[in-house]
Amino acid sequence: MASDQITADMIEGSEFPYLVNKYNVQGVPHTVINEEHSLVGPHKDVELAKEILKALGK
Amino acid sequence: MAVLKDKDKEKVKEIFKGIDNDVTIVMFTQEVECPHCEMTRTMLEEVAGLSDRISLEVHDFVADKDVAETYGVDKIPATVLIGEKDYGIRFYGVPAGYEFTVLIEEIRDAGKRDPGLSKEAMAELDKVDAPVHVQVLISPT
Repeated sequence: MASDQITADMIEGSEFPYLVNKYNVQGVPHTVINEEHSLVGPHKDVELAKEILKALGK
Repeated sequence: MAVLKDKDKEKVKEIFKGIDNDVTIVMFTQEVECPHCEMTRTMLEEVAGLSDRISLEVHDFVADKDVAETYGVDKIPATVLIGEKDYGIRFYGVPAGYEFTVLIEEIRDAGKRDPGLSKEAMAELDKVDAPVHVQVLISPT
């Protein structure tokens, strides 16, 4: 909601095993930013925001 | 068969009392429903019934392919939350267990038009100037 640029998908892993394989998910929650950057485990909102900026090269 | 227990419905009704704007839940399923699609649709029908501010729109993923494409939906069951606009929030799969709590809170946030994030997070997100696709993979507990 905070940014018009961001789309966020919550994906139930057991229904979409091909995504679990694609992103090599070992533990949940597993967050993927722009199909390339992965984070495992829960993160505070500001931490996730910083990871998003990192993924954008900022 | 009802999906939500009565005590869960009461809890959700309480959370939804804070909603003062309209929220549309747009759901994608298919004509020959997969078991998860039917369960998701039933659950969303029950959730939408818990507030006058919430409405549910159900689309067939195949028959309404153009609508699915507009929302960028590529798998089902899919749940999209719309407030005064599309916020880019998608749930794929049955929103069960912990994901159900997240769904309810997201609906509430959309209804209050408030993402409920910290000032620091909002400041960082202000710097986002290119499209970002976040996917969170979870399992039902």
